[in-house]
Amino acid sequence: MASYFMQTQRLSFAVSCVVLATAATFTGCSKNAAPSGEPAAPSTEPGAAPSAEPVADRVIAIDGSSTVFPITEAVAEEFQKENRAKVTIGVSGTGGGFKKFCAGEIAIAGASRPIKPTEETACSAAKIEYIELPVAYDGLAVVTHPKNTWAKSLTVAELKKIWEPEAQGKLLKWSQVRPGFPDKPLRLFGPGVDSGSYDYFTKAVVGEEHKSRGDYTSSEDDNVLVKGISTDKLALGFFGFSYYFENKDSLKLVPIDDGIAENGAGAIAPSHETIEKGSYQPLSRPIFIYVSKQAVERKEVRDFVGFYLNEGIKLIEEVGYVKLPEDAYKLARARFEQRTPGSLFAGAGSKVGVTVTDLLAGK
Amino acid sequence: MQMAAAARPESATRRSRVKGQSRLMSERILESLLVLSGLVSVLTTAGILYVLAWETVQFFSEVSLIEFLTGLEWTPLFADARFGILPLLMGTMLTSGIALVVAVPFGLMAAIYLSEFAPSKLRRVLKPALEMLAGVPTIVYGYFALVFLTPLLQSVVPGLSGFNALSAGIVMGIMITPMISSLSEDALSAVSNNLREAAYGLGSTKLSAIFRVVVPAATSGVVASIILALSRAVGETMIVAIAAGQQPRFTLDPRVPIETMTTYIVQISMGDVPAGTLEYRTIFAVGSTLFLMTFAMNVLSQRLARRFRER
Amino acid sequence: MPRSNLDIHRKKGGSSYVLREKLFVAACLVAVFLPLLLLLTLFGKLLADGLPRLSWEFLTSFPSRRAAEAGILPAAVGTLYLIVLTALLALPTGVGAAIYLEEYGKKSRLAALIEINIANLAGVPSIIYGLLGLGLFVRTLGLGRSLLAGAATLALLVLPVVVVSTREALRTVPLSTREACLALGATRWQTIRQVVLPQALPGVMTGSILAVSRAMGETAPLVVVGALAYVPFLPDGVFAQFGALPIQIFNWVSRPQPAFLVNAAAGIVVLLVMMLVLNAAAILVRDRLQAKHGRAS
Repeated sequence: MASYFMQTQRLSFAVSCVVLATAATFTGCSKNAAPSGEPAAPSTEPGAAPSAEPVADRVIAIDGSSTVFPITEAVAEEFQKENRAKVTIGVSGTGGGFKKFCAGEIAIAGASRPIKPTEETACSAAKIEYIELPVAYDGLAVVTHPKNTWAKSLTVAELKKIWEPEAQGKLLKWSQVRPGFPDKPLRLFGPGVDSGSYDYFTKAVVGEEHKSRGDYTSSEDDNVLVKGISTDKLALGFFGFSYYFENKDSLKLVPIDDGIAENGAGAIAPSHETIEKGSYQPLSRPIFIYVSKQAVERKEVRDFVGFYLNEGIKLIEEVGYVKLPEDAYKLARARFEQRTPGSLFAGAGSKVGVTVTDLLAGK
Repeated sequence: MQMAAAARPESATRRSRVKGQSRLMSERILESLLVLSGLVSVLTTAGILYVLAWETVQFFSEVSLIEFLTGLEWTPLFADARFGILPLLMGTMLTSGIALVVAVPFGLMAAIYLSEFAPSKLRRVLKPALEMLAGVPTIVYGYFALVFLTPLLQSVVPGLSGFNALSAGIVMGIMITPMISSLSEDALSAVSNNLREAAYGLGSTKLSAIFRVVVPAATSGVVASIILALSRAVGETMIVAIAAGQQPRFTLDPRVPIETMTTYIVQISMGDVPAGTLEYRTIFAVGSTLFLMTFAMNVLSQRLARRFRER
Repeated sequence: MPRSNLDIHRKKGGSSYVLREKLFVAACLVAVFLPLLLLLTLFGKLLADGLPRLSWEFLTSFPSRRAAEAGILPAAVGTLYLIVLTALLALPTGVGAAIYLEEYGKKSRLAALIEINIANLAGVPSIIYGLLGLGLFVRTLGLGRSLLAGAATLALLVLPVVVVSTREALRTVPLSTREACLALGATRWQTIRQVVLPQALPGVMTGSILAVSRAMGETAPLVVVGALAYVPFLPDGVFAQFGALPIQIFNWVSRPQPAFLVNAAAGIVVLLVMMLVLNAAAILVRDRLQAKHGRAS
């Protein structure tokens, strides 16, 4: 009987070995695995001591805007092909990203709007200094389902009517937006409240940042919005232009008329040209990354940001955003090299209709 | 062992007594280790109650209970924050209700067939086959609902949004069918044959006997299985998170995006909100509501099942 | 079940009765087979979408923004590490608790309390375990969003299943065996360790492996405890951040591009294959142990 028990012990041991061996094979075969003698061993002993450096020091933790995410994802992927650094990217929204940034939990925050006064206070209270770096232009695209034949354009006033807080529970049909639109339910999709796109849109359209109706499908993950709009003929929503660009075949752009003839008469659709020239207003804006000065002391973070501002900008058009003028990038690189702290927007939040080059040059 | 020791000299007896005492010690230690293992479950329950209660109490220090229980709008994160849980509750009940509409007829009829009509060889194959439905990971069901069922239904149901309660509800119904079919089949099989024989003896046809005698006799077992299945549907997360939408809405319309309590928790958790904020506490308040509901249903189901077994 | 003579019933119910009964049975058969057929069709479509995408590249690549280059390596490895850790945490605890309940504490109030807890915990939705993991492991105990926190959460989730199946396995050992051992002078633990447990081992192993295989498919608690949109490296310790197959599938399903949905289908195929392998291993282990036991006794 004792030998029987030993046999079963051996069997269980053999089974565990097979499992571990499989795990080890996977680890060993991968191209980008961090080199280590026994990759399986540490993780199977719950009591094992963690590696000498805390994980936070070896991982570049990034979080924040889902609008900036496609660029950061592309940059991180290319960066990790050449470097052994590890990058993680969360999508908590601009607001969520700043909360973690000012708590010292992440090295870089992606933001689709400048830092707010309350966030600046939180950062300085935690003694976290940041370097603000604009990386691209984005236009907030207003989109509908491709089979939507009636919304050929919308005015800013109409957008305000749809999205303002007073519309909650009241403006529920397309016919209430403009007479002549069908008398069918209006299904709204938009970024959530932690999203910088949300903050910028409400400021530009409703007139007051962070104020809107609450009864729509809100998500910090723009993929959810694309999914929802592309499968519902009665849908209307907005998000960063990159997400329209990646899903052109399943969405339809709605040109926006801001009523100001100077920057382009009539309804204008977002595109590389209109965003770059500044005629797609009021929904064009710069997007940023914020790097913490403490994190910059780590070599891998410096390398990553350097990569972002040099090789990385080649990826911006690939994901559908608009590059800043080359001068702006030169100034941004200089800003990073000099570790210039503080915000170009003096913590006053978004400025609607501003050129980044002027701001960076200090005009 | 002890008997052999008695025949040996004095020192051996002392040795074996010490050995016996140390064996007793190690036995005691072992027993306490086993008790500790058992206590883990008690600690888990305590942990769940504590974590939920702690955050929920703090939540209610900022939000009124009346608004939470009766408010018709759930917009806790917006500038004009509203904290009525009814939209989320309605979303959960809508999807679960649709699931029951699918699962109860299918499950009951399957149970009746397996218990009253199927030859035993067929029953031995079909019963586990149906139970396989419950073994599929729920994320696979969510994928089915979003990728296959919704486009199919959109060609049939006018105005069906890409995210809706109908697809998610139907797929959930398929998933919980085995719970009703297996447990009801147990209940029906356990009805004594005497009852059936008596019914036939009184001139009843088979169908009559089934519906007028057997099923009523198994009522508490059948109802227990339905309540258990409902509890499972209420607690289900991935199917609704993938296919039902993210818009809290107090509606009975199965064609529009809604949000369930479980989807809300997932949505906020994915943003990794900092602890101590009102946002963080909302997921625990919603979690507490969910826990209380499923707990009540499970207890009710257990009581009914016990009553049925005692008969 | 008494034989039902259709002729007798026809006399009782009239000629329309036979039709009614046949229709009813047909409807029941539809009720039994329709869900199964539906599931089969869905699986067929899943395989049609996912199988072509499977390749060595897919299994060994990291996630990417380009659907065609994306792979599930960190997710698969994360899942493997997770279930090994979960098993290490849940099995000793679950088997220990079951032994206590079956062998030691039959009449004590403590045992009754533990039993009630296990019964109730089995019905708690998995997302509540996620909240427990978030509040307790990630935040209060400071484990962060690590493999350990995820495994601990999953271990608590499968614990009731392990306890129940172990108890059933222990019950298959007849009481007379235990009494014989005790009569021979063995202590309780000696009885358990050398006689009862080995005899019950097939059932214990099977139940445990099945419980762990269930944990593999769990998504909700992992999302609450550890989800990240982008984890492009393999975890290098229990305190590392991690990805897992269900989370990666969830991430891909949430993306609108059809190419990512194909990736999700392929990911699901990998997950199901892993679960099938584990379940097959469970059956194999049980059969081999039962054969050995048969020879030994």
